[in-house]
Amino acid sequence: MKYRNSLSNRKLNIVFKWEWLLVILIIGISIVNGRLSPHFWSYTGIMDSLAVFLEKGFMVLSMTLVLIIGDIDISVASIVALSSVLMAMSYKLGLPMAVAILVALATGAGCGYLNGLLISLVPGLSAIIVTLAGSSIYRGIAYILLGDQAIGGFPSWYSYLAWGYVGKTNIPFVMVVFVGCAIIYGLLLHRTAWGRKVYAMGINPVAARFSGVPIAQMKQIIFTLNGLMAGIAAIFLTSKLGSSRPNIATGYELEVIAIAVLGGVSPSGGKGGIVGVCLALILMRLLRYGMGLVNVPGQVMMVIIGIVLVGVVMLPNIFSSRGGKRRTKEIQ
Amino acid sequence: MMDEPAKTKREVTFSRLLGFRELGIIIFIVLISVLIGIRNPRFLTWSNFHDILIDTAALSVLSVGMMLVLVTGGIDLSMESVLALTGMVAGMMVKQNPQLSPLFMLILGLLLGGLLGSITGLIVAKGRVVPIIATLSMMYIYRGITFIISGGKWINAYEMPDSFKGIATERFLGLSKLIYIVLVVYVVFYYFVNYTHTGRKIYAVGSNVEAARVIGINTEFITWLVYAISGALSGLAGVMWVARYASAQNDTASGFVMTIVAACVLGGVSITGGVGTVSGVLLGSITVGIINNALPMIRVSPFWKMALQGLIILVAAIVNIAIARNMEKSQLKRRTI
Amino acid sequence: MGFLEVDSVVDREDRYILELKGISKFFPGLKALDRVDFNLRAGEIHAIVGENGAGKSTLIKIITGVYQPDEGDIFYEGNTVIFHNPTVANRYQIAAVYQQPASFPHLTVTENIFLGHPIIHPTTKKLMWKEMKEEAKRLLRSLGSDINPSVTMSSLSVAQQQIVEIAKALSVNARILIMDEPTASLTRRETEDLYNIARKLRNDGVSIILISHLFEDVYEIADRVTVLRDGKSMGTWNVNEIDEKDLIKAMVGREISQLFPKNKVSFGKELLRVEGLSRLGYFSDISFSLRAGEIVGFSGLVGSGRTEVAQSIFGIAPVDAGKILVEGKEVSIKNPMEAISYGIGYLPEDRLEQGLFLLLSINDNITISIIDQLTNRGWLNPPREHEISNKMLELLQIKAPGIFHPVSSLSGGNQQKVVVAKLLAARPKILIMDEPTKGVDVGAKAAIHQIMSDLVAEGLGIIMISSEMPEILGMSDNIIVMHEGRITGVFSRSEATQEKLMEAAVKVDRLTQVVS
Repeated sequence: MKYRNSLSNRKLNIVFKWEWLLVILIIGISIVNGRLSPHFWSYTGIMDSLAVFLEKGFMVLSMTLVLIIGDIDISVASIVALSSVLMAMSYKLGLPMAVAILVALATGAGCGYLNGLLISLVPGLSAIIVTLAGSSIYRGIAYILLGDQAIGGFPSWYSYLAWGYVGKTNIPFVMVVFVGCAIIYGLLLHRTAWGRKVYAMGINPVAARFSGVPIAQMKQIIFTLNGLMAGIAAIFLTSKLGSSRPNIATGYELEVIAIAVLGGVSPSGGKGGIVGVCLALILMRLLRYGMGLVNVPGQVMMVIIGIVLVGVVMLPNIFSSRGGKRRTKEIQ
Repeated sequence: MMDEPAKTKREVTFSRLLGFRELGIIIFIVLISVLIGIRNPRFLTWSNFHDILIDTAALSVLSVGMMLVLVTGGIDLSMESVLALTGMVAGMMVKQNPQLSPLFMLILGLLLGGLLGSITGLIVAKGRVVPIIATLSMMYIYRGITFIISGGKWINAYEMPDSFKGIATERFLGLSKLIYIVLVVYVVFYYFVNYTHTGRKIYAVGSNVEAARVIGINTEFITWLVYAISGALSGLAGVMWVARYASAQNDTASGFVMTIVAACVLGGVSITGGVGTVSGVLLGSITVGIINNALPMIRVSPFWKMALQGLIILVAAIVNIAIARNMEKSQLKRRTI
Repeated sequence: MGFLEVDSVVDREDRYILELKGISKFFPGLKALDRVDFNLRAGEIHAIVGENGAGKSTLIKIITGVYQPDEGDIFYEGNTVIFHNPTVANRYQIAAVYQQPASFPHLTVTENIFLGHPIIHPTTKKLMWKEMKEEAKRLLRSLGSDINPSVTMSSLSVAQQQIVEIAKALSVNARILIMDEPTASLTRRETEDLYNIARKLRNDGVSIILISHLFEDVYEIADRVTVLRDGKSMGTWNVNEIDEKDLIKAMVGREISQLFPKNKVSFGKELLRVEGLSRLGYFSDISFSLRAGEIVGFSGLVGSGRTEVAQSIFGIAPVDAGKILVEGKEVSIKNPMEAISYGIGYLPEDRLEQGLFLLLSINDNITISIIDQLTNRGWLNPPREHEISNKMLELLQIKAPGIFHPVSSLSGGNQQKVVVAKLLAARPKILIMDEPTKGVDVGAKAAIHQIMSDLVAEGLGIIMISSEMPEILGMSDNIIVMHEGRITGVFSRSEATQEKLMEAAVKVDRLTQVVS
């Protein structure tokens, strides 16, 4: 009985893909947004409003990998803060901005590497506890370095990263970088042997190990990537804000995880893909845009994002458990 | 079949190992107290010690709740937001109705916190959402609701009646009333965890969920219960916190969950479930309280606190794992033919 | 099916404490139980025997309320009952003792015994630890054991943990006691004690369901015996009315020679040599060698260390001492990846937990171990993958609609073949197969044995771990018997008999253990 049920579910999955639901929701929310604001349906309106959101997009891409292997990283927001602060400080110490940007990338990758090292080196130390401690340590270091100050006054070309357009076109620069990253991650996950192993790890870690998948090495790479993407996010976020302080990106971990889960990535691992996650990113931006139009304060947006995250994970579970009960009753 | 002397020897080493952990924390506490005392003699005064106890009061209460969740193999990140929300509600209520008795407020904190925790518990137990995702979401949701109900405004000291602030300031037999609340909580939970059937079931669920189900334990109920309890204790701590600092803010206790986890892990609670004692958690809380109190005394900037707490969590968690592995190894040795 | 003519017991007594009628249970791809009838009288010991995968444990799980039957009825003292969950079964005073205790490793012995039904002070509801400890001590004493009730369960050996489990069943005054392979990890004397306890309980009116591999258990204490085969009941007999030969016939139902198509192959060079391999707490001083064309069978009880040896050779768990030589060269294998690169393949015991990726397609499952070699500079190369998968589908005659279907849609036997295909895709020289035919139907079993026979003919060497006597005897060229982490017997195909293997696997005096 269970057998037949899972078969029909699978058939349903082919016709009714999660991605299509996201597309429908995107269209629906766009229509509502269009009604609320006459400026919504303009090319620059949509492009620019997406562009200012993309620093989270970079983080979502690598978080998708972390979640697919069945782990979690709640230290990303703190890594963004530390990368940003170190970048700003190196610039202030006289390093050229280009080098300072490299410092941000190195910081991000370094923090991620450290997470990965601890997780794969000490068996029994879960990603939850390592990244929980990490989130405190990385932001804590940012505070130690900068206290409650802020650093600004970056060269003018630096603000181009977040606000500029490519050449004479009206395509935001950050959009190009993001699309490039998304394509790389999409290919990596869906078109390489490495990506296949990522899914295998998430679906059945024991079987993956028994099949010769180098679990520790792959975790190490994935957590390092996640740190690196937080570093990239720090570069664009700091460019957007124009200054750096230790408390930037607070709460990003929730939103990044929420977007990935909304995009069809299962927090218990093995499921999801880059296309869905990118659609969820757009959806989340439109939702925020719409809420902004009706003057919903930021704190309330976090409440809604939290509800979305819990709801997306919970609803299928509730329905499947009800189905399960009904089935056993039929038998009796 | 088994030879008697070997048996008793085994048992002695075992109890020694168990006691070792708590003894270790006590030695650690004494050691850092002396070290800090050398740098700043004021640290080793009775009044400072009393201050530490008052400052640690809310943390000690919260740690018990977190311990129960960790014992089942979960984690509750939403405790700090339940604390803030309950504290804000309490603050607003005493502002409007100064005549409300402090005892009533404490009970209200327990109930409101329990309600909030129950919702989280339902999401984890019935909705089968992984604890980390569920409680991370609830952390932001309850924080947001705190903001919504307060309209972004604070409740200040002058808006609170003295009777309410008295929860923290009034003394009985030379000790702050807060300390008595902690004592009551610890006595109740020591009894609950060690001498009630439900209390032991929590450990059973954390030790082996499948086996727990087989002997007829309602594992969903137990999972729900620990989140409800951690919520209730967060609510109680919320009222204690607002009374102690005489202000209720939107970012009350923001980031405090790290401190709670640090206290638990230091106290020997295993993050993989099944292991944790009430006495260990009390010692863990006091240790964290001492460190936090000492930092300004030895002129360490408060900005160090955050990173230090993360480091404590990491090191303590690794030490716990090492101890567990050592024990396992010695058991394997014993098993060898 | 001539053996069915052996006189079945006519239901002389109508007073059954428990009666199962037409019970069926289905799992994805497997019919675990097929309209099974079973009944239990008050105060009898009723043995259930059958090969691995015959449905014994599924039947037990239905009686204890862990599983719900898909068809059929359960009667308790003549009334229909439904065991929705273990609690309901507990209420009917049904208790079970398993071979691998499902205990709480972090909790004390006392708690493990009493957690389901503690002694509680009638008014204060306080747990009465002192009384429980006393009672635990008394129960353990009555089993001839002096385990301290205050130590944690994880500090006990598996054998001691099982004694605790028996004490737990005694403590609930069970009316129906299920013993699943109870003597498998007990010493001779403990076994005798257990027999006495079982007889005493029966005389007190307790009904015991005994699951056992060992005929000795059956003939020593059981009153009746029910034989299960491939999920079907083959009948119930009074123990004194059926001899060992007929019992085997009912269990196996076939001549062994028919079932095991083992051809004689001449052995080639030595592929694997293991010298003095030890792992603290799991096995010690294991030495053997494997030649091309040879099947070495590892026999012994579950928990005797066979799987641990295999996993250490495959690089899953580290060894503390000893050497592994592959084709004459000493190697150090730190992880499965390296093992695969040395030409070792491991078929794990539990295909769902350790072998398969249920959400992935048949193709993805087959190619996962060699996916790096199939790529085009790192990029997936689907045509090459599909070529290999299709070849494997054909070679192993996997019945599947196509290579793109998820493995979860296959039957148990075909799933097992997919795992074998995954191993073979890596072109191993040495295959370690842990319970290769566990939980698959008869047809698939024969097919897997045929594949093994073909592989050794091609020059592979196979190490086969199996708990099924006929499989070990039918397929192996040489047989190694393990007991408590040590090799206790080595037999060639011609000299091995069931009795000799069993003796090496069980009847070893454990004095050595006490001395250390």
